Amino acid sequence: MEATLTSRQVGITIPGFGRPLKTEEMVLNMGPQHPSTHGVLRLELVVDGEVVVDVIPHIGYLHRCFEKHAEAMANYQQVIPYCDRMDYVAAMNNDLGYAVACEKLLKIKIPERVEYIRVIMAELQRIASHLIAVGTYGMDIGAFTPFLYCFRDRERILDIFEHTCGARLLYNYIWIGGLSHDVPANFQEKVRDFCKYFRPNIKELNDLLSYNKIFVERTADVGVLPADVAINYGASGPVLRGSGVRWDLRKNDPYSIYDRFEWEIPVGTGKMGTVGDCWDRYMVRVHEMEQSLNIIEQAVDKIPPGDVQSAVPKRIRPDASEVYVRTETPKGELGYYVVADGTTSPFRVKVRPPCFVNLSALPAMCRGAMIADVVAVLGSIDIVLGEVDR
Amino acid sequence: MIPLEIGDTLKATFGDAILGTTIDGVFDPFSKIAPDRIKDVALFLRDNPQTAFDALMCLSGVDYTGGKLGVVYHLHSMKWNHKFTLKVEVTVENPHCQSVESVWKTANWHEREAFDLFGIVFDGHPDLRRILLPDDWDGHPLRKDYQVPEYYNGMKVPY
Repeated sequence: MEATLTSRQVGITIPGFGRPLKTEEMVLNMGPQHPSTHGVLRLELVVDGEVVVDVIPHIGYLHRCFEKHAEAMANYQQVIPYCDRMDYVAAMNNDLGYAVACEKLLKIKIPERVEYIRVIMAELQRIASHLIAVGTYGMDIGAFTPFLYCFRDRERILDIFEHTCGARLLYNYIWIGGLSHDVPANFQEKVRDFCKYFRPNIKELNDLLSYNKIFVERTADVGVLPADVAINYGASGPVLRGSGVRWDLRKNDPYSIYDRFEWEIPVGTGKMGTVGDCWDRYMVRVHEMEQSLNIIEQAVDKIPPGDVQSAVPKRIRPDASEVYVRTETPKGELGYYVVADGTTSPFRVKVRPPCFVNLSALPAMCRGAMIADVVAVLGSIDIVLGEVDR
Repeated sequence: MIPLEIGDTLKATFGDAILGTTIDGVFDPFSKIAPDRIKDVALFLRDNPQTAFDALMCLSGVDYTGGKLGVVYHLHSMKWNHKFTLKVEVTVENPHCQSVESVWKTANWHEREAFDLFGIVFDGHPDLRRILLPDDWDGHPLRKDYQVPEYYNGMKVPY
């Protein structure tokens, strides 16, 4: 019985102080400018002492109404640079989702060469995004060195992107029906070099961070999200897989040419604590980088020759219809609901951003945790506010 | 279940609440539902073992112009790996629709977003307030007839 009493019921007496201290719930503001919110996110924490009773996220600080922009564009192609700017650390995957949606509207098949290059780009981008996720997660917990190691490796990927399309962050590379331009001559060689270079570094990261005692203590058994709750909240990506659900759209609802490659879906197993804790979500990302390398290595040898631009004209006019297309980005299920009305610009583009949906499950993960655990849980969701707010 | 069977099951169970099912090659198969019955339909689709739609992929507001607003629900079943779409149509004068937040928690923020940007009111939502825009914002920007305000809190908007 005594263990269930809260500090408020017991009261705290201090020797020499005339009356018991008053204890009550308190609202603590975290953000919008806070190192662990990875952008401008405000969390209103209702705390009872050090224990979090509830979390109320406030978002919208980066809102620029992508969907209104998309409707106002003169044609479908012009939307792509705005897609880049949603999840700005995984711009290739955002573009891919929109391109796949528009191609489904147009009912066209795109050249093999384009498909292979897209898959390689998307998987390289997945590694780059996960490197940021695990690197900054380590930093949230207090480990600074892995962050530098991760960014060192991410630079290599950005170099490949820069070599290909001139941009390092926002590419506008994947276009509807093709690519903005072909890959350079020594592209395959560079990608192979990267795979050879990066594979041992995952082991290094594991030694440095994943199995580090302090890191495990901070993340294992913290912020547990059971599988049924995760599904009800619509969680996707590493957040869902961390809860032990073997679900990846690249295998379960394949798009592009992902059904041609051999790879595994990593899931959380509760190795360090409970299934669905922060460590599981973290570890799923580390394993996914390895799987992405497998996909890249298979794809890079098979790029067929061909043209990357001529599949569709610049100005497209889909018939009146609508599609909902979802693709697996590093953060989870990115859905585009595109309604065409027969004109040259989209009638409605609704984005189902994975970060937005995953973030809505944050209160469910944080209730009953300590204030410091909120930082650990938030980092394990891996949000990008550009995508949450759009 | 194939979409045709889902449509038939819905019609057999709910009768008049199902305003029609469209299965042509152009649109993804969808059923139109009466706005004041959508919660029952959603609950049925989630809990019936034959349909088992345990995941709401996406909830979108749409402005169809001409005073008509819509809500589109994209459902997916992890168990059977099938999909279905529900649509609800409301008018600008009476933009009320039942909330499905108690069926799928993910609808909470999606409905708040549709309320924020389209002004669709979800009856039974536990915390219906603006989510992306500031609380003192006027109007609903994703409506097709939305005019960008000249002033915001007394400050002139420069473009």
